[in-house]
Amino acid sequence: MRIPLSYVLKRIGFLLMVMWTAATINFILPHLSPKDPVAEQVQQKISSGGLSAESAQEMQEALRTLYGLDKPLWQQYVKYLWNTFRFDLGRSIYSYPREVMDIIGQTIWWTVGFGGTATVLAFVIGTVLGALVGWSKAPKFLSALIPPLAMFSAVPSFILALVLIYFMSFKLQQWTGGAFYFPLRGGYSSETIINIADLNFWKDVIWHSILPALSMLLVSTGGWALGMRAMMVTVEGADYITFAEAKGLKNRRVFFRYALRNCMLPQITSLAMQLGTIVTSATLVESMFSYPGIGNRLGTAISQFDYYTMYGIIFFLVMGIAVATFIVDMIYPFLDPRISYGS
Amino acid sequence: MTEALLQIKDLRVYYHVDAGAVRAVDGVSFNLEAGIKLGLVGESGSGKSTMALALMRMIKAPGKIESGQMILDGVDLLQLSEEKMRQTKLMKLSMIPQGAMNSLNPVMRIDKQMMDGLEDHNSLLSKEELTARIQELLTAVDLDPKVAKMYPHELSGGMKQRVCVAMAISMEPDLIIADEPTSALDVVIQRQVMAMINRLQEKLGLALILIGHDMGLMAQSVDRLAVMYAGRMMEIADTKVIFGNPLHPYTQLLISSLPVLENKGVFSGIPGVTPSLLTPPPGCVFHTRCPKARDVCRERIPVFTEVETGRWVACHLITA
Ligand SMILES: Nc1ncnc2c1ncn2[C@@H]1O[C@H](COP(=O)(O)OP(=O)(O)O)[C@@H](O)[C@H]1O
Ligand SMILES: [Mg+2]
Repeated sequence: MRIPLSYVLKRIGFLLMVMWTAATINFILPHLSPKDPVAEQVQQKISSGGLSAESAQEMQEALRTLYGLDKPLWQQYVKYLWNTFRFDLGRSIYSYPREVMDIIGQTIWWTVGFGGTATVLAFVIGTVLGALVGWSKAPKFLSALIPPLAMFSAVPSFILALVLIYFMSFKLQQWTGGAFYFPLRGGYSSETIINIADLNFWKDVIWHSILPALSMLLVSTGGWALGMRAMMVTVEGADYITFAEAKGLKNRRVFFRYALRNCMLPQITSLAMQLGTIVTSATLVESMFSYPGIGNRLGTAISQFDYYTMYGIIFFLVMGIAVATFIVDMIYPFLDPRISYGS
Repeated sequence: MTEALLQIKDLRVYYHVDAGAVRAVDGVSFNLEAGIKLGLVGESGSGKSTMALALMRMIKAPGKIESGQMILDGVDLLQLSEEKMRQTKLMKLSMIPQGAMNSLNPVMRIDKQMMDGLEDHNSLLSKEELTARIQELLTAVDLDPKVAKMYPHELSGGMKQRVCVAMAISMEPDLIIADEPTSALDVVIQRQVMAMINRLQEKLGLALILIGHDMGLMAQSVDRLAVMYAGRMMEIADTKVIFGNPLHPYTQLLISSLPVLENKGVFSGIPGVTPSLLTPPPGCVFHTRCPKARDVCRERIPVFTEVETGRWVACHLITA
């Protein structure tokens, strides 16, 4: 049941391969693009005013030297790889001289905060509901939950976000005469000072995260529940459940230790994968709420032609998924005794 | 006269499918004395497994126990509450599963699974005593006590079936039902497991209902033989008696169709097909294939009657 060291090493090697591949693609893509990121930025600066064609030329040269774009391609590549492996993802072109890692560091926690909470909550609620709905000995009224769960799981989260904004924020404000409504946008009120030692700041943050989190939660709860229900129905027909019943075990024990326990294996894999892809699933919701998370920031970077920020964030996302897969691989033998790596 | 350990009275179990009610068990009655091995035979689809599940009260929708009584040790199992029935299992009545391959929880160690059964039946044993009991049970089914710490996937099919037997006898029940307990195993292992079950049955003085469709195999190990056909009981008697002088035409055909040593290879089979259990033929269900059928067989259902002590048969030719 233990994982042999050779397997761990192999798996880490694989992780490095993924990292290398992602970095290489990140490096090549801007070179394939017909647009020159530096020229693009300078163009934008000119059009936003105050830059003469002459100084623009100068600035372009300066930036090229700064980003090492005047060096031979292979030197750029080696430097890029080296930096990437030190998690130095370069500097933003648009908001020069901010480091991309710094931008990621500042936005990622917002996403992990509301998206992570929503994902874990949805997982717990959905799994429990699905298990109960799928278990034939559970109260019958629970099956009334299936249609709403199925409905929510079919609605895209950004549509749900629109609906929530309309009713919980806009309409609620009208109905209560402005006395009570959920915030429309942002991660905190403009008058709040960011201070992680201040309880009021946290209250404000949670208050603002409710609608975005709810749009994600409602949608994925349905998905978890439906998946779990299907699994439960399959497991309930398994011989070991029949035999557990024939042994006269208590219903609770059969439900938790025999049925649920076996359904959890695939659920936990999906949970790890979902946590790895939180950013991707949160992006649209974040843009709907102008939430200061990393998904929203990625959207901004794309619209600003801020290549380095864009590829930096994407690299980070790829790594998130790769690391999540790695973790799943490492914990799986402990969840399922049938799985062992090597002899 | 002492009461029999198990008395089944006019048991009916139907599966309610779209086309109507499948009468899988249709008015079956029989008794089983304590410590006796009863073989239940019949063609596939005759309702044997349904009988076994009904006894455990584990018939699932669309199936339903329509009526009847199942009196075990003076208590009608059909009148028990869910909780009382749960307690009865393993304490008085156990089942050895058919599909030993998947009958154990794949993510739980063997000793834990055995302990679950003991714990849920208010076993008053301490942790150490439980461990000792598990070792004892594993030894009783000829397994190495080391198996306790293993997971099901580390065991062979035969070993898993032994573990299931160990679980079934763990609370020393009065009756064990084994529905084709060895059909998933290969022939050599089948013999060993059967021998082990027989030995334990004698040692513990259990009553055993052994379900199978192999008459020959049955003949060697059971005390009494019950023959089912299309959801009804045809004949029941001591094994020797039934083989020496089968009364029911169906039993006669079954026995004569057995390949015997002298004319080996000649397996005659029984001509005709089993009737639909949705719309069983009127009268005796076997009349459509019976070489000796008369008019009365097509009109009236024969009553299952005791023609000699311990010998029951449902056939107009015998009882008329
Ligand atoms: N779940 C079910 N739904 C509908 N019909 C069933 C079901 N289970 C068994 N039956 C029917 O009941 C009859 C008896 O089946 P079974 O008890 O499995 O017979 P045996 O074990 O003797 O082969 C068969 O005709 C079978 O088709
Ligand atoms: Mg069967």
